Amino acid sequence: MIRLTINGKTQQVDVDPNTPLLWVIREQVGLTGTKYGCGIAQCGACTVHIDGAAVRSCSFPVSAAAGKKITTIEGLAQGNALHKVQQAWIANDVPQCGYCQSGMIMAVAALLKEKPKPTDADIDAAITNICRCGTFQQVREAIHAAANASVKA
Amino acid sequence: MQINRRTFIVSTAAVTGGLALGFRLPFGGPSVARAQDGSPEVGVWVAIGPDDTVNIRVVRSEMGQGTITGLAQLVAEELDCDWSKVRIEYPTPGESVKRKRAWGDFSTGGSRGIRESHEYVRKGGAAARVMLVQAAATQWKVPASECTASNSVITHAASKRKTTYGKVAEAAARLPVPQDVTLKDPKTWKIAGKPLKRLDTRDKVNGKMIYGIDVKMPGLLNAAIKACPVFGGTLKSFDASAASGIKGVKKVVQVGNDAVAVVADSWWTAKTALEKVSIVWDEGENAKVSSATIAEMLKAGLDAEQAFVGNQNGGNVKEALAGAAKRVEATYAYPFQNHACMEPMNITARYTPEKCEVWGPTQNGEAAFAAVLEASGLPADKVDVYKTMLGGGFGRRGGYPNDYVTQAVLIAKQMPGTPIKLLWSREEDMLHGRYHPVMQCKLVGGLDASGNLTGLHMRISGQSILAAVRPEVVQAQKGRDPLSFQGVFESGEHQFSYSVPNLLIDHAMRNTHVPPGFWRGVNINQNAIFIECFMDELAEAAGQDALEFRRKLLANNPRGLGVLNAAAEKIGWGKPAPQGVYRGLSVLKAFNSYVAGAAEITVEGGNKVKVRRIVGATDPGYAVNPAQIERQVAGSFVYGLSALFFQECTVKDGRIEQTNFHEYNSMRIAQMPKVETISMPTGGTVWGGIGEPTICVAAPAVLNAFYRATGKRLRSIPLKNQGIELV
Repeated sequence: MIRLTINGKTQQVDVDPNTPLLWVIREQVGLTGTKYGCGIAQCGACTVHIDGAAVRSCSFPVSAAAGKKITTIEGLAQGNALHKVQQAWIANDVPQCGYCQSGMIMAVAALLKEKPKPTDADIDAAITNICRCGTFQQVREAIHAAANASVKA
Repeated sequence: MQINRRTFIVSTAAVTGGLALGFRLPFGGPSVARAQDGSPEVGVWVAIGPDDTVNIRVVRSEMGQGTITGLAQLVAEELDCDWSKVRIEYPTPGESVKRKRAWGDFSTGGSRGIRESHEYVRKGGAAARVMLVQAAATQWKVPASECTASNSVITHAASKRKTTYGKVAEAAARLPVPQDVTLKDPKTWKIAGKPLKRLDTRDKVNGKMIYGIDVKMPGLLNAAIKACPVFGGTLKSFDASAASGIKGVKKVVQVGNDAVAVVADSWWTAKTALEKVSIVWDEGENAKVSSATIAEMLKAGLDAEQAFVGNQNGGNVKEALAGAAKRVEATYAYPFQNHACMEPMNITARYTPEKCEVWGPTQNGEAAFAAVLEASGLPADKVDVYKTMLGGGFGRRGGYPNDYVTQAVLIAKQMPGTPIKLLWSREEDMLHGRYHPVMQCKLVGGLDASGNLTGLHMRISGQSILAAVRPEVVQAQKGRDPLSFQGVFESGEHQFSYSVPNLLIDHAMRNTHVPPGFWRGVNINQNAIFIECFMDELAEAAGQDALEFRRKLLANNPRGLGVLNAAAEKIGWGKPAPQGVYRGLSVLKAFNSYVAGAAEITVEGGNKVKVRRIVGATDPGYAVNPAQIERQVAGSFVYGLSALFFQECTVKDGRIEQTNFHEYNSMRIAQMPKVETISMPTGGTVWGGIGEPTICVAAPAVLNAFYRATGKRLRSIPLKNQGIELV
């Protein structure tokens, strides 16, 4: 049994310790907002926070997440108050199909924690998620909008 | 505003046996059909609840392109309803069959969602408004002509009475649906034509949106699958002994004649167990095919005698070219490409001898329905399809074929009563695509002494999608595939832009065992590169400016000229560019929209390309949501430039070599150019598409700019093979 703390809730899961965290989150825990895209940490659709840092959960063994603080897209909002990145995403109408956006938002939220006012170069370096719909123009605008928002994360 | 996630709600209820599928009839008597929330239908397109909630029916699939929002805007415009009360409901194909296809075509491809249903959905909204007003007028005992409707409120000014749509919907639902309704002049639109926010955003930022991969139901098991890696090969035998003992594995099954699946309690278990199944394939003759043998076959087609004519004009092209003062010749090549939707192929199927249902992503509910019928062997009244959100489609989920649907049903049939969620791994998705057709093209142009284009022969050699997926269409055209000529065709929605005195555009059809499919933009992707890069080659040979050279040939094409001029002006064509910045242009007609592109790039070290800006100009006739048009244009450039720079599926031993995104790259935010969209609808009777047309103008505009920067023509895609990087 592995003890996981996800979105503030602690639970035990009975899985092979090598199982990628992504699949434990999706299948054992039942939170499906975190997406499978490639399984090899290329696309970023599976991005979650582990102790505040963005991690591609498809290539992260669940055993390594034991005892750490895991946040998924479902846990990003504080109660009913959406995170400022989520708010900026809505205000800028960012998602198209939306499939990659959970991972994109989690990656951006981690970036803004580290660099509250990222430059375009900071964004280029940190946000390497794939979006096949091609929402990047709106993503960039929304990152700057979130960075300039008075709302606290 | 939110999507009424009908499919998912229904799916959960259906499993517990609580809710009959289909529209419910219990409250309003037999004459009133009802939406899933019980609200009465006022005509088939609209159901309005007592709280004024407006359920608008959409049968085209949302895959990011914004079609549900655009179609809802059109209905709401004519309905004159309160936009903040609008929700979307997907009728199912099974309901459609029962109601004699009341909602028309479900197919979502070819940029057709809005342009081919705008009229009947607007009429649906208008008819509902007439019925609601009539119901109020009857209640008030006044003539309907004295009543007005706006924002879901009906007013009788003379008596100062007001009511809302929700209050009269039950009565309106009992009225006959008027057949003759007058549509508004688009110039007066207040909801349609406006840059309204999408209806489906909120659940896409909080993890709640349900895609096919997210379907949950009691007792659901997960399946992972491997089909024969060589297209056309079959399964010889398999040994599951190393897999079947693994904890969580329920069954290892053969699927059709060419695949093996493991069914387990979790997908991860199924996938890892599948790796332990030893499988022997009969790969057949196709295993001898490689990219090199395919390229040879296509090359032979470039000079073959026999070819299907797609566009012919004037006298003898051979003579015109022979007599030209200057001859220009070039050969181009375009590879196989996978759609690589972010959400790999998947669907959930449940089969019993009494009912077979599937839940998941499809661009064509009716095509998926047909696949379920065939695979299940059940009659139409025992089958249905419940659509989820699609994690991308781009043509892959369009139903040509419904391979993943068929597989899921075939697995489910082996475990009756158990819902089976089949999910392909990314690797399976890369190996079993329906690829952008492989093509080569030879162009020969003739110029007279003054640099006028006097003759042009464009010979395409390569795959036909229709020959593979709709052979009856090709047969009706005596072997020709008209879609091969998209963007350069003799007439219609893909008519060639230019007037050329002696013109021949023909296609030597060379089909391969690698299955082709409709890939966002389809054949305009390569045809635009071929013709628009060659136009630049001709202009240079003629000693003329690329824009001026095109303008002369566009004299009979005012809308094509219009978008080209707009793009050129915005990029600053003819004005000095900043140091080290080079520009390129392109123009085409596609899916009844006139589109042009203009790019600005820099090139460092001869190979590091930075695309600084791209202008995309489009004249689609009508613009239903300008904000979504901007997003589609920018998004199409990401898809098109990813294809241009990075993407190729190569064939070795009969199978695709690329297995995942590390070998099949896609553009990231750092490489994103600034996209400036010009939406310039000029009206008319024909509506153009949005999702696809602009995809094709980015690549030739960039390639033409690259030549100006380096003096080097790049004629083979993808550019990575020539050491070119996108930075």
